[in-house]
Parts: sequence; structure tokens; C-alpha cells
Amino acid sequence: MSAAYDVIGSRVPRKDAAPKATGQAVFIEDLRFKGELAGALLQSPHAHALIKSIDVSKAKALPGVVEVITAADVPRVKYGVSPARYDEDLFAVNKVRYVGDEIAAVAAEDLETALKAAALIKVEYEPLPRLLSVEEATAEGAPWIHDEFPNNVCAEVHQEFGDVATAFKECDLIQEGRFVSKRQDAAFIEPNQCVAIYGQDGMLTLHSSTQVPHYVQRTVSMVTGLPMSKVRVVKPYVGGGFGPKAAATPIDLAASFLALRSGRPVRMAYTREQVFSFGRARHGFTHEMKIGVKKDGSLMALEHRATLDGGAYSSFGIATVYYAGSLLGGPYKLPNMKYDGRRIYTNKPACGAQRGHGGVIARALFEQQLDIIAERLGMDPVELRLQNMMETGDVTCNDLAMSSLGMRQCIEAVAQGSGWKQKKGALPKGKGIGIACGFFVSGAGYPIYRSETYHCTVTIKADEDGGGVKVFTAAAEIGQGSDTTMAIIAAEALGIPYDMVRIESGDTDFGIDLGAYSSRTTLMTGHATKEAAENLKEVILGELAGELGIDRRRLDIKRGLVKIAGEAVDIAPLRVRYQKEHRGWLSQPEGGQLTFNEASRLACLRRGTLVATGKYKPPVLGGKFKGAAVGTSPAYGCSAQVAEVSVDMETGQITVERVTDAHDCGQAINLTSVEAQMQGSVAMGLGEALFEEVKFDEAGRVMNPSLGEYHIPTIMDMPAVDCIVVESGEPNGPFGAKEVGEGAIMPTIPAILNAVRDAVGLTIDETPLTPERIYMALKKAK
Amino acid sequence: MIRLTFSLNGRPVRLRTAADKRLVDLLRQDLGLTGTKEACGAGECGACTVLMDGEPRLSCLTLAAQAEGRELTTIEGLAPAGELHPVQRAFVERGAVQCGFCTPGMALSAAALLARNPSPSAQETRQALAGNLCRCTGYQKIVEAIQAAAAALEAEP
Repeated sequence: MSAAYDVIGSRVPRKDAAPKATGQAVFIEDLRFKGELAGALLQSPHAHALIKSIDVSKAKALPGVVEVITAADVPRVKYGVSPARYDEDLFAVNKVRYVGDEIAAVAAEDLETALKAAALIKVEYEPLPRLLSVEEATAEGAPWIHDEFPNNVCAEVHQEFGDVATAFKECDLIQEGRFVSKRQDAAFIEPNQCVAIYGQDGMLTLHSSTQVPHYVQRTVSMVTGLPMSKVRVVKPYVGGGFGPKAAATPIDLAASFLALRSGRPVRMAYTREQVFSFGRARHGFTHEMKIGVKKDGSLMALEHRATLDGGAYSSFGIATVYYAGSLLGGPYKLPNMKYDGRRIYTNKPACGAQRGHGGVIARALFEQQLDIIAERLGMDPVELRLQNMMETGDVTCNDLAMSSLGMRQCIEAVAQGSGWKQKKGALPKGKGIGIACGFFVSGAGYPIYRSETYHCTVTIKADEDGGGVKVFTAAAEIGQGSDTTMAIIAAEALGIPYDMVRIESGDTDFGIDLGAYSSRTTLMTGHATKEAAENLKEVILGELAGELGIDRRRLDIKRGLVKIAGEAVDIAPLRVRYQKEHRGWLSQPEGGQLTFNEASRLACLRRGTLVATGKYKPPVLGGKFKGAAVGTSPAYGCSAQVAEVSVDMETGQITVERVTDAHDCGQAINLTSVEAQMQGSVAMGLGEALFEEVKFDEAGRVMNPSLGEYHIPTIMDMPAVDCIVVESGEPNGPFGAKEVGEGAIMPTIPAILNAVRDAVGLTIDETPLTPERIYMALKKAK
Repeated sequence: MIRLTFSLNGRPVRLRTAADKRLVDLLRQDLGLTGTKEACGAGECGACTVLMDGEPRLSCLTLAAQAEGRELTTIEGLAPAGELHPVQRAFVERGAVQCGFCTPGMALSAAALLARNPSPSAQETRQALAGNLCRCTGYQKIVEAIQAAAAALEAEP
């Protein structure tokens, strides 16, 4: 624990741990409302087709059916994630674009009836050519999936920083590589679900398993036409998100409409299969890179092309295609960088954001190429990385400012922790060791929609009795531990023990908070929480100073006790007042110092309920070029990992035996939670590296839409992960803290790739690294 | 409808239910024991694990009828009210809980393991939990927590 802090940096148990370990924690499916209707969607069986007619008469006539709605029954409001690409209709208008596209929704007395009714809706389709790959979608004469977007180009990025062509002429060595990855699923354990309730008071309340209550509120308001003040979104505990829960879903919107029309609560849920067919997770990427270096290993230039298979809608995709380029600006000194990215519409479920948004495969190829460069130059991969590493204070060629960067410490820590020097080059065939680095934003510098809004506001209220405080925030606890993080920050800033802080979160009535994405919560909501706590402390101490008739600046609170600087002050009269109010209580304040409880109670007696607020938005960041908003952040988390693998040379089976992981989170707020994020990131990266792939058949249907067929790491797949927490002290973070949620995944895939390359002597240019792929590569090399 | 008699979290239960009712629905919907989670409905993730005569069972693949005459333990009954089972305490203290959706099933699988093998190795611990998926933790803190719980149980008089 950092000596300077009482709570920060400790290992206090999470606020939600005991409720979750005992089954008390309430998730969306555990909430029940009187008179609930069950909703169901009718989804397209075609990947691409015109809708000739829809007949809902049989569905409406089925006993037990309350509402049936299609595009004809709702306002024609396009929505999506980025206002620049609102390309979705809640229900298909004339056309379906992927298997699963929504056509209608039904509300009925029970789920069985709702599903039966949905099946009774008769839709006449005229199939169109299916465009299931980037190649098909960009072929000469291919139909356009969206009339507004010619040639199925959803977004294009062209950026150049420095002068790449000139720089290449000055290089001694040019390395070129290509990499292909597959679409992946976040596979959060709790499928999406929601309940919409429209009350007689004209309020629509949507309970939803979302990462972003605010954006859901905004989208529901925009699409239904209700003012935002009449839409409240409440997030109960959420069983994981990882990105795909970071936007309003069709069930959020459909349930809202069904509740508005029926006046009854409407519950809608995705089955596991529907989670897969809704998608919104990791894109499939194709990257091509040309990297130029000097003889001494200095990186000079990167020319980079990326193509993203986007699926039928934009979702987060514009940000994704920008991130895929911008996140290579660091952490190495790279003076010249050119990036051309394209995101292509295809007739598959839309891809969106997933942990390490946009950056993981670009990072994988770049770090793999660094290893090849090191080999060609006869350098150690660790040395090459250290030689080119940026330092705190450096700014990348694309204007990302490294206000703190403990990258060098991370590399040195994992090299030492893994025994790199002894192992690299000394392992037998089939055994390998690999290193990689990565960094990530600590919160997006700008909201998803253009706005001058604060990114978060936090309210803290003191208990009237003085016994503690309660934090109210709309921030989204989705399992990452943000409730606990905010409680720790509030406790530290107020100077009171952790267990005197309660927290309620995830409700748009509590203020604005943009939600759990872009690894923003610790830094941003943390700032707002700290400010609110400091303001509350100011109020309490101001009242106490008035009561004692002394200068406020002589007072402070530490570990729940009031510190009074300077000459002695008689606290007895205040204590007597407090004790009089608590006649009969067994516990009474003792000792020579006033307690927080006494000070807070007395302040409440002087001015009523004590409430303070805090707020945060980042300063104006980044460059002026197009797309500069994506990648700019008040801070950057960074990490290095060493993976050790063994490869069965007969079968191609890879086992990751050990990962040594160092992450710079600025300052750990809760050390246990930092390690938990690091280990969880490695697990997701390992799955993506080795076996995760969403597969489609020739009709555009997901072939493996289950947790049995889409293989995520089990406990048997996971090696020991040695965590080393680096704390560089981020000047722009609350108490020096920055992210650990997403940055920690960045090095995992390339560290494994590099270890496999070390083990088998082959450069594999496609994930996942299934036994078949390795076996075929080994066979081809023989 | 069928009649069932079984023990649930240490108490006798007699009820009538549909013959085709799944155990997970009986527990969650009819008996209000929502600590049991359903995440896949296909026996692939382990979130709905309950103990039947002390052995882990997937309640989404089990008919309520199969509980007849058995002793059932759900997460609500793993420890007496207001207390934590050593496994639960270790999960809380060692950071083995993140989103918490897999946690009840995970804790029950772990408790069953420790009941039959009081000092499992790390490998035995992993094998016993191979059917419980978690997407948040990378499993390491879960393994560490179970080992700590084993030590705590051994130290008990």
C-alpha cells in the first residue's frame, strides 16, 4: 500500500463481492414487475433481401397477444452509435441486411405465446445477392447494402503524419507483413435483457443490462420521441459487457415501444444464440504494414493499411477504424506514420467495440514485425523495444501526449520476471518465449456525440446522522469494479474508512456519466467522485470551523477523525451535544479527537442534508486533423507481457504455460482489482489468439452461436499469470490513477504470436492459432 | 402436474409442479431463489450449477422431477443466513468475484470439491471447475481463493 494513502492502493474487498458470492446481487433477470408482458422479436432469416410484404394479422389474432409492431408502427428515426453514421432502423424498412435483422416485435402474456405470434407473422422476401466478405462487398458491380453508402464503404480514413516516403528512403531495412484476424464475440456470461415500464406519470423507465445507461437513455429518447427527462435508464448488476453492451439494443428500443403502447411492463431478452447473431463485438481485421528502421534499430516509418469487415451496420465502427490506426502512434518513437483504413459493410451482424477497441490486431502485427526486425538486425527483441520506447512527456507523431508512461519499467519487469535472458534463444524446439507491448487510452477525450457536456457528474450525500456517506453516480458497474473504485476514492478524499461509504450507481437519475467504455471510468468518474468528496469535506469542515469559531484551514479529516492544527480546542461541548442526541446508543465517540460522525452530524444540524457534487470533462486534447478525436485521451495506460508456450510439433496444439504481465495503471486504486483486470485481459487475449472465431455458413448464419461451439478459455486453458503492477503516477488522473481495463489486453496476442514463432520458427499470419493452422504451417514448412 | 418432496437448503419441501419444468425455473421463478443464474440454457457454462446430494448439477439440464427425494443446495443455502461459507469468504477476500454472474455456480462447484477433497492441488481444483465458464477473471483468483478456503477449512477445529 502506498504510504501516502489510507485506502487507495489497498486490497479492500469489493462492495459487490459478498452480495454476488451469496446470490443476493440483483441482475436484470432477478427483477420482476407486476403484470409483466413477454416480448419477442421476429428476425430475418435472410442475409440480404427486400421485404415485399408483412402480414401480422394472424399474430395479432392469437389469444394472449397484446401488441405486434413493425416499422409501420414506430417513428422513422435512424439511430446508431455515432451521429455521423446513424444507419439503423429499429425495424427493417423495405430491406433486411443480415440474418437477425429485426422486422417486428410482439408482446404477449407469456414468452411462449410471444414466440408463437412472432412465428405467425408472414413476411414475403425477395432475396438479394449476399455479400458475406469484404471481397464480395467490394467487387465490381456488387449491390449496395445501404443506398447512402456507395460501394459498401462505411468509413474511410487517410492520415499521414510526417513524411513516410522520404523516411523510407533513409531506412536501412524495410520489413513488410500482413495479418488476418477473425470476427470474435465478447461472450459475456449474462445475455442482454431489459424491462421497459411506462407509468401513469408519463415516465418510461428502462431497466437494462447495459454498459452505458446515458447513451441508452439518449437513444431511447431520440427514437421514441419522448423527452430525455421522461426516460430513465436503470442498470442493475450486469454480467459482463466488454464493449458490445455499450449501446442501445433493438430489445431496449422494442421493449420501450411495446411498454408505451400496452401500458404494461415488457421484458425482452436475447437468448445466447441471439447474442451471437446480434454481434457488435470484435471486427475481423486485415492489416498490411511496411516498417522502416535504421541499422541501429531506430524506427523511422510505418505505412499501414487496414480493412475491417464491418457487418451490416456501423455501430462503433467509425471509431474502430480510426483506433486501428491511431493506436500505433505509440508507445514507440515513430516519427512518420501513414494510415489508410476502410470499414466495409457486409451482410453479417454488425461489429462494434470490444476490449482494446480497434487496436488489438494492429498491435499484434506490429509487435510481430518488430520481432522479425530484431531478428534481421541481430538484436534482442527486448533491446529493440527498449531502444525505441517513448518516455513520460513524449508526444506521438499523431499528437497523443504521454503524460505518464511506465513502459520501460514494464518491459524490464517482465523481462526479469520471466527469466527472459536465460530463456530467449535457449529453449528446445517446440518451446518458445515472446514479448510484446501495448498501450491504450484512459478514457476517450470526447463523447460519442458532439457535445460540451461534462463526461460525468457525481453527487455525494452525507448520512444525516453523520455515520457515513453515499455516492450517487450514473457510472456503470459491469463487473470491472467501478463501484468499489469510486467508494475508495470517496473514502480517501473525505478521510474516512472505506466501510463508511455506500454507493449507488447506474441510474440516469443520478446525473450524467457516459458509461463503461474506452477505459474511462477510473480516471473520469474518479475525478468527479474525488471532487464531490472534497467539496463535501469542505462543507462539513466549514460548518465545524464556524461552530468552533476557528479558521477552517486548521481542520482536516483523516481516518475518520478530525485533525485540528495549532493550539488545543475544547471539543467537549460538541461531543456533549452529539451524545445527547444518541442517548441509549451503545457506541459513543471516544478519545480526544472529534470524529467524522460528530462533525458531519453537527454540520447537518446547522444546514440540513449535506450534498456535494463533482464533475469532470477532459481538457481540449489532441491535434486538429480529421479523426484526431479518436485516440486522444487525458492519459494512456501501458503494458508489457512475456508469454511462454509449448507447441506440439505433431498436432499443432499450443499450450500457453505462463504469462508474465506488467501494467502501468498510474496508481492502483485497488490492487486486487488491478490484478483481476490484468488476468482477465490475458484470458480474453489468449482465447482470441488461440481459438475464438465466429463462423458463418454460406447463407450468412452464425454456425457456432453457443458457448459450447464458440470456445472461450476455460479454467484448463489458463496458465498462471504473474502480475506486476507499475505505478508511474499519472498527473491527469485522480490520485495519479489511469486505466487497466483494456490496455492490459493489447500485448497478449502478439506475445503469444512471438512465442509461437520462437517455438516453431514460423511466422503465422492469421488468428486464431488453431491446431489445424499450426499443423498445416508446420507441414508446409517441412 | 406432479408432486415432489425433497430437501432444499436443509428444509423439507413439498410442492406440485409441471412435469416438464426445469429445475432452474422451479428454483428461480417458483421458489424465488434467484441466486442460481442461467446464462446459456444448454449445459455449456455452469452458471446454473446447484448441488444435488452434494454433487454439482446443471439445473438448466435437470428436470425438477429429478429432485424427488434428493438434497438440494443452492447458493442461498451454502452457508447459514448471514454467514459466509469459507469458499464464499475466500472469493470475497481474494478478488475472485468480478461481474458475479458465474460466481454462484463457481462457488458451489468449489464447495463440492472441498467436501470430497479437502486439500486439492491447483490442478485438481482446475479440473473440478472445468465446467464453469468465467469471462472476467482469467480464473487465477478463483483458484487462489479455493486453495485459501481449503486451508481455512483445514484449520477449523
